[in-house]
Amino acid sequence: MRTFYGTALETPLMLGTAQYPSPAILAEAFKASQASVATVSLRREGSGGEGQAFWDMIRDLGVRVLPNTAGCHTVKEAVTTAHMARELFDTRWIKLEVIGQTDTLQPDVFELVEAARILTEDGFQVFPYCTEDLVVAERLLGAGCEVLMPWGAPIGTGLGLSNPYGLRTIRARFPDVAMVVDAGIGLPSHAAAAMEMGFDAVLLNTAVAKAGDPVQMARAMALAAEAGAAGHAADPMPPREMAEPSTPVIGQAFLS
Amino acid sequence: MQLQINGCAQEASAQTLDALLRELGYSDRVATAVNEAFVPKAARANTRLTTGDRIEILAPMQGG
Repeated sequence: MRTFYGTALETPLMLGTAQYPSPAILAEAFKASQASVATVSLRREGSGGEGQAFWDMIRDLGVRVLPNTAGCHTVKEAVTTAHMARELFDTRWIKLEVIGQTDTLQPDVFELVEAARILTEDGFQVFPYCTEDLVVAERLLGAGCEVLMPWGAPIGTGLGLSNPYGLRTIRARFPDVAMVVDAGIGLPSHAAAAMEMGFDAVLLNTAVAKAGDPVQMARAMALAAEAGAAGHAADPMPPREMAEPSTPVIGQAFLS
Repeated sequence: MQLQINGCAQEASAQTLDALLRELGYSDRVATAVNEAFVPKAARANTRLTTGDRIEILAPMQGG
């Protein structure tokens, strides 16, 4: 079984903590999702201590925490943010985001590889938000990453798996690497499709937080991810172009 | 002295980063940077501030 830097997750769902209608709904959604990982961030703290209240709530969820470097556009920003996150959240895990394009929020893969190298050498366990590009994946693995997080579609779009061929290819090319489809998942069927391809987890946020009923969507995502994983483990039949009767033809009555 | 704290100009009398956090009433659960460089918790007491320093004080926040 593939693990995340030696950690086996109880469920294949990683869930973001942003954009929920209320803290209470966030907590309910996490319970319904049975997510094993919560993504979190760092932002400027007012003197009111809002961050402390949020942190207390996340700790009560009892899940692993994966801090991100969301909003960073350069190696320096991302590396500094990662250091601050490591101290604040007391974890070596870092979801490394280095954004290169503001409209699509797609990663700047050149800066990403460099930041991943620096952080890995400094003892971080890097979860890089990347594209499905095989060469980028090789460079990230060469930089010391043991996990890859190719996007399904741009962050927050809910478009699903935009490049199924690319995702199938990266999965097949690196069979021993733990991989998460991160971003773009909007529906339970997207999560199931990613898991059916053999990915080890899905990471999503907006699909749950912005659903009309986030708690019900959280449960739906949990079921879908579990179903997709079970489907992959069951070794699906290969698709074929031509029809083939499933009911035996031998012994069929001659009635025409 | 005048400092830039989380992007806002602010007067403070503290001479070190550690003292500044106490002066401003921050809890211990923050991470800090001075002039775009991370300052670990253990180094705050020895980090002397000078006029115009840019201080970032970050806390846990929602994220995706």
